[in-house]
Amino acid sequence: MMILPISKKVILITGSSRGIGRAMAEHFLQQDYQVLGCSRSPTSLSSDNYQHFCLDISDEAAVKKMFSTIRKQFGRLDVLINNAGIAAMNHALLTPMSTVKNVYQTNVFSAFLFCREAAKLMRKHQSGRIVNLSTVAVAYDLEGEAIYASSKAAVESLTKILAKEFADFNVTVNALGPTPVETALIKNVPAEKIKQLIDRQSIKRLGTFADINHLVEFFIDEKSDFITGQVVYLGGA
Amino acid sequence: MITEQQITDVIYSVIDQMNELRDQNLIDKGLQTPLIGQRSQLDSVDLVNLLLGVEEQLEDEFDISFVVANEKALSLKNSPFRTVKTLTDYLTDSINQ
Ligand SMILES: NC(=O)c1ccc[n+]([C@@H]2O[C@H](COP(=O)([O-])OP(=O)(O)OC[C@H]3O[C@@H](n4cnc5c(N)ncnc54)[C@H](OP(=O)(O)O)[C@@H]3O)[C@@H](O)[C@H]2O)c1
Repeated sequence: MMILPISKKVILITGSSRGIGRAMAEHFLQQDYQVLGCSRSPTSLSSDNYQHFCLDISDEAAVKKMFSTIRKQFGRLDVLINNAGIAAMNHALLTPMSTVKNVYQTNVFSAFLFCREAAKLMRKHQSGRIVNLSTVAVAYDLEGEAIYASSKAAVESLTKILAKEFADFNVTVNALGPTPVETALIKNVPAEKIKQLIDRQSIKRLGTFADINHLVEFFIDEKSDFITGQVVYLGGA
Repeated sequence: MITEQQITDVIYSVIDQMNELRDQNLIDKGLQTPLIGQRSQLDSVDLVNLLLGVEEQLEDEFDISFVVANEKALSLKNSPFRTVKTLTDYLTDSINQ
């Protein structure tokens, strides 16, 4: 079967129904990308150049099916943004194992699964860009975030090693660590704690969607083909 | 039921596609062609490309979703990836199970 690739660049953003992923999807729609997104719940985002897959990113069979659809429908994948993630903020002594499993499943296992399947597709065109979402909580070793921060530390390690393994296929892998950004993810974190966190940054303010989009653009630029295995924190963490 | 011949044909067709992109050191199309080890013409990236190409073509031709490098394959004492023949046998068995 011959699959003719479409001419637009194809970008896949996980967790595109709200928050940072949603903002990225809207941003890249304005830039003539074919945007693909996924989340468990449906999205209100609609555009001729947007397609949504309702799935749980930890469901390997569903994810493989989605990648198969992408391959058959578009014949290419240029960029993957591993954005979907969940947080758990609790004292370690009050953290149930089910939370630990959930966080690792979503943040680490699924990120790996998406990297693997995306690189299989990118391999065919000998080019690709993968950007994983970490957090400044890794750099700060934040108390109360043992599970969340360690899951993202694993993502950073994956980023650096996959950068080496995927280099053979001209696929770069980088990570970006945002400072707190106002989304559902941090809505339960007390204002005082957010303020303390921001005070540790070199530049003391909340992050914005624009800050994140800017860094993603840098990583996925064609000219960034010599930049891989890097973790960049916003705000000077 | 997918036959051994059909699977060998898939492997050969992937080898053809790979050879199209090679100027030299073309991969032989034979049942005894070694896929790993010193006598193999494939390096580790070639092997990855071969196995993933086979995975993709099996999916397209027979509408099955199958991960070639699965836990079973990687844990067998004798790697099923030794030659075209052993790969064919392994895939025929696993897929028709
Ligand atoms: N906001 C911050 O301050 C901040 C700071 C540093 C790092 N980050 C990182 O940035 C990323 C995005 O965070 P955010 O603030 O935008 O979070 P958010 O507002 O909670 O959005 C998370 C997105 O991921 C999706 N998602 C979660 N679990 C999923 C699953 N199992 N399967 C499919 N989709 C799933 C959600 O959709 P459904 O619930 O519908 O599935 C949603 O679209 C995360 O990796 C986070 O760790 C955020």
